[in-house]
Parts: sequence; structure tokens; C-alpha cells
Amino acid sequence: MNANAFIAIDDVSKDFGTVRAVDRVAFGIARGEFFSLLGPSGCGKTTLLRMLAGFEFPTEGEIYIDGQAMASEPPENRPVNMVFQSYAIFPHLTVRKNIGYSLRRDRLSRVEFDRKVGRMLELIKLPGYEERKSHELSGGERQRVALARALIRRPKVLLLDEPLGALDKQLREQMQLELRDLQREVGITFVFVTHDQEEALTMSDRIAVMSKGRYLQIDTPTQLYEAPRSREVAAFIGSMNFFDARVEEVADGHARVAAGPLGHLRAATRAKRFSVGETVLAAVRPEKITISSRPPAPSDASGGTNFVKGVLDATAYLGDRSHHYIRLPGVDKPVAVSAQNLNPAEFDVESRKRDVWLNWSSEAVVLLRAT
Amino acid sequence: MTIRDTAPVASGEARTKTRARRAPDAAPRIGALGVFAVLYLAFIYAPVLFIPLFSFNDSTYIAFPLSGFTTEWYVTMSRSDGLVGALTNSIKVATPAAVVSTLLGTLAAKAVTRYRMPGMEAVVSFIMSPLVVPAIIVGVALLIIVNAIGIELSLFTVFLAHLPPCTAFAMWIMISRLEGFDAAIEEASRDLGEGPWMTFWRVTFPLIVPGVVASLLLTFTISFDEYVLASFLGGSEPTLPIYIYSQLRFPWQLPNVLALATILLFASFALVYIAMRFRNRGVQFKTTTGV
Ligand SMILES: Nc1ncnc2c1ncn2[C@@H]1O[C@H](COP(=O)(O)OP(=O)(O)OP(=O)(O)O)[C@@H](O)[C@H]1O
Ligand SMILES: [Mg+2]
Repeated sequence: MNANAFIAIDDVSKDFGTVRAVDRVAFGIARGEFFSLLGPSGCGKTTLLRMLAGFEFPTEGEIYIDGQAMASEPPENRPVNMVFQSYAIFPHLTVRKNIGYSLRRDRLSRVEFDRKVGRMLELIKLPGYEERKSHELSGGERQRVALARALIRRPKVLLLDEPLGALDKQLREQMQLELRDLQREVGITFVFVTHDQEEALTMSDRIAVMSKGRYLQIDTPTQLYEAPRSREVAAFIGSMNFFDARVEEVADGHARVAAGPLGHLRAATRAKRFSVGETVLAAVRPEKITISSRPPAPSDASGGTNFVKGVLDATAYLGDRSHHYIRLPGVDKPVAVSAQNLNPAEFDVESRKRDVWLNWSSEAVVLLRAT
Repeated sequence: MTIRDTAPVASGEARTKTRARRAPDAAPRIGALGVFAVLYLAFIYAPVLFIPLFSFNDSTYIAFPLSGFTTEWYVTMSRSDGLVGALTNSIKVATPAAVVSTLLGTLAAKAVTRYRMPGMEAVVSFIMSPLVVPAIIVGVALLIIVNAIGIELSLFTVFLAHLPPCTAFAMWIMISRLEGFDAAIEEASRDLGEGPWMTFWRVTFPLIVPGVVASLLLTFTISFDEYVLASFLGGSEPTLPIYIYSQLRFPWQLPNVLALATILLFASFALVYIAMRFRNRGVQFKTTTGV
């Protein structure tokens, strides 16, 4: 299907004994793309990455990199380099020799070697670290050295297995931006593994959301967030309110659905086709719902807006925003609403059991096929 | 970077705190433990210390009171052809036994720690079994086989007999060494363009050198000291332990043997001490390879 993609993963499966770690995965990655594999623990991200690197071989299927079949290529012959989760800095070598490890066969003069290593050290902003050893580096510095070591020979593809997992939050956010800038600067295709959805959204051109050895959806961060194609993706990326519904009417890009006790909802269909009578899920992000203590004026109730009345069940104050949980008549799970605290918070712990009105636009609703 | 500035201070504080807390109630326990340790060491080493003591005693009788200081026994010992010959034989057996068993043990340990294979545990138990099967049984069994095949008994057969126990020890040392570092380090080398052999040479070997040295020294000592197998398979060329035992029949030879034993005692101590130093260096390595 994607024979001319830069990296083509062609119906690849991997079994460990009776465990199927990767299950008939097929997709392509474009040249120069920052591509992320995102999914919960054990879904096969590392296994897929290690097959790209050559540390594992597919049980079935084939991987092509830049048009070349990789089936019989050991790791040392592949045009890819990897940044390991543990960084795998050689503990007996200095930073200089770690970064220049792959230059042995180039037989460079000492001056030329030092110049190349020096350039990498500048790129990772650690000049002057040549003679340090692994145990004299902080976690963030090790991560950078591992990056420089993998980039020095300009591989066609850089593989990164949760490279930021071991860093504290602040450093991680800083490194996310640096890594993104670096990727643009060197123009190398990055395949990045993470189980942190925010990280994937921040950094990637495209993301493959994986689950149980398969991928559920491959899309840009915005599309994944705004237009997830299944309940699993919608629930894994960010949080989502789901309502069972049935399609009543479809017309010019919008649908009217009956959502049981909630009454009728209007939803944008986004180029998906639904037929009247079909059972669907209406999904709405918490931050796309507006909460109000006053009933809507009759003039608001027209057009594409959905209104629902409920009872405030709980409120969590997070500083910049608050999370409210609202019980709706006939709906089991309270609806989550996330509101920016632009003014001093209107609802607080005291507001429990108050009547509130929720509203959201028809564009905020994602209709998903019930499965 | 913030981590580097704060982390050492925090851990330093924690360390002094636990030390301060532990000190008062630990003191009385060290008293009882100390007495026990001294008694234990005395029980084990006091008899051994009589050997150097009497090796300098100016009398063929091993009895108190000491009659005077002499180094005569060391001189006669070094002039005794039998003794020097047996020492040479032992070195001839122990050197290749140490080298070959360390090589085999290293390869076996690498296979055990780095590859997935069915029946791995059975293989490991098999290689380790010489450590638990009594040497006398192995000795008899080997003697039967060697006779059946028709190989003449010689130092070579002793060397062969010493290989299994030495290899077991070597593998044991090398497994703990190889488990001490992250396999991803070797993968990183492959990823950076080096094949399996260059990876072994540039990464694995430098990291396991301390283990290799420890293994060479320990296996040498094991082979050098070994009595039972050497007596079954030694033929007409005695190794040192066998020669010493045979000399005990002649009372006038005893001081010479004591002189030799003293030298061996200190040489063995030195070897084992060095070997252990190398092994401990491995432990330090372990802490620096982690994240
Ligand atoms: N060497 C192996 N032998 C047997 N099973 C394995 C091996 N490696 C991975 N698996 C199994 O394959 C599945 C996928 O593992 P993988 O390491 O790819 O997950 P992951 O998505 O990277 O998870 P995490 O986020 O926890 O790193 C898991 O069920 C795991 O137990
Ligand atoms: Mg993983």
C-alpha cells in the first residue's frame, strides 16, 4: 500500500513464543517526518522500533527503509541509529569517544575527529565535556550525549525509545522543544516512541496510536484530538465524554441524533457518512463544554448549540482551570467539564448540588460508530 | 541544571542522617559480633599460622618450645629436585587450565546472559554440576573413561580433569559480571556500525576485563590446589599437592614441606586478594552504568 514511503512497514508481525507483540502492522513514514508511536505499556512500541533498528526480526512481513528491504540486514548495516531508553552510554569511554564511536572506520586524523565531535557537542550545547565519563553526567546530559552519538554520521532515520522518560518534568518539557528544533535543523526522519500523549502531541508531525500490537489511527496531532476515529483513540488522547445516541436526520454536514434522556443533539459529521437509525456515540471534550449557573435565554436556544440541564456533583480546582463533574438525568457517568478560570472561579466546593446548564456547539461533537 | 545542583546535597544529607541514627544502638551489637569474629578467625587461621612459624624453626621436630631461627629449610627446599619438579608440573597444569576454562566460561556466560534459548537452565546446571558432584566420584569416572579410551595418564589428563570444575567457576564469575551491565550497551555498539566481534572487543571485553582477571586467578588457584583428581589422573608425574602428601611419610622432609607451604600460602593469599579486588571493581562499574 505504501511501497514508496521512506520507511514502509509492510504487514509486519512479531511473535515472542505465544505472545504476539506486533500484529500485522502496515504503514509508511515520510522522509523528514517526526513520527511518534504512542500507546499504553506493552502495546508493542519498543518491539516495532527494535525491528526497525534490526535487534528483532519480524516473524512475518517486511520492512523497507529508503526502498531497501531490511529482512537480512543486521543492525550495523542499517542506515538508522537509535537513542536507547537507558541511553546506553559506554561507561568505560569518555564523552568524546562515545560520540565518536562510529567514526572508527573513517580513519580520521585526530584533528578531524575532534572537529567532528566538537561540532556535535556544540549542537547538543555541551562544549567542553569531551573528557567526562558517563557517571559524571546528569540524566539530561547523558540523553544529549546519546543523541549526539547517534546523529554524528547523519543516519537516514533516528529511532528514539522514550528518551525523555527518565527526566523530571521541567527538563523533559525543555528537551521536547530542543529535540523538535534539532530535528528540524538536521532534517533527519525521527521515529519517536512514547506513552505520554502530551509529549506526542507537542512534538510530532504524525502519531500512530497503538494498542495490543496494532495501530488504531495514524494522524496529525490536531486530527487525532479533534477527529478521533474510534472510542479507544478518543479516550486515550485527552479525556472525552461519551453519550449513546441514534442518528435521526442527516443533512449538509450535520446530523441530529437522539441521545436518550438528553434529548436531541446536533453534531457535525465531518465527511463521515451516517445513515438514519444507526447507533452512534456522541463524544464531546470537557473543555468544549461551557457551564453556566443561569438557564439559557430563549434566543440562544436556536441554531447549532446543544443545551443540557444537570446538577453539579463535584468540582476540582486546579488553579488555571477547574474540573466540574455534572450529573445529567438518566446518564450513569457524570459529565466532565473543564473550564478556564478567567475570573475568580464561579463554582467552588460550596456549589455542589446546584442546578447548572451546559452548552456546546454542534462542531464540538464527534460522532463515532458504535462497535 | 537543577538536578545536578540539588541531588548530591540531598543524598548526602540522607546518608549522614541514617549513619547518625544507626550508631548508638549498633555499638553493643558490634561487641558481641566482634568477639565472635575474632574467635572464628582464630579457629580458622591460628593452625595455619603454625606453618610459617615452624618453617623458620631450627629443628626437624614440630613441637614447642621453638629451638631457634633458621632459613635452612628454604634453602634445602629449593635444592630438592622432587619439589621443584612437582611445582613445575603444577604450574604446567594450572596455567592452561586457567586460560582455557576462563575462555570457555566467558563464552558460556555470554550465551547464557545474552541469548534466548530453550533448555538454558538445564545447560547452566550441567556446567555448574562439577561444583556439587564429589571430586572422588568424578575422578573414578574419568579414570574409567581414560582407561577405556586408552589415553596414557599424564599431566594432560590432569589438565582435562581440571577443566570442568574450573570452567564452572569461570562461568559463575563471568555471569555475574555480564549481568552487571545493560545489554543495551552492546546493542548500541551494533547500532553504531560495529559487528559482533568488534563489539566484543571495543565494548564487552573492556567491561568484563576485571572479571576475566579474577577468573584467571581463581581457576589457577583451584587447579593448583586440587588433590583428588590429580591423584587419580596424574600418572607418574606428581603435581605439588600430591608430592607434598607423599613426602609427609618422611619426617625429615617435613620442615622442607613447611617452607614450601609457607610460600604457597602467601602466594595464594596474594592471588585471591588481587582476584577479589578485581571482582569488587566490577561492583563499582555496575553502579555507574545505570541511568
Ligand atoms: N524479548 C521478549 N520476550 C518475550 N516477550 C516479549 C519480549 N519483548 C517484548 N515482549 C512482549 O511483547 C509485548 C510488547 O512489548 P514492548 O516492549 O514492545 O511494549 P512497549 O509498548 O514498548 O511497552 P512499554 O511502554 O512498557 O515499554 C509485551 O507483551 C511484552 O511482554
Ligand atoms: Mg517500551
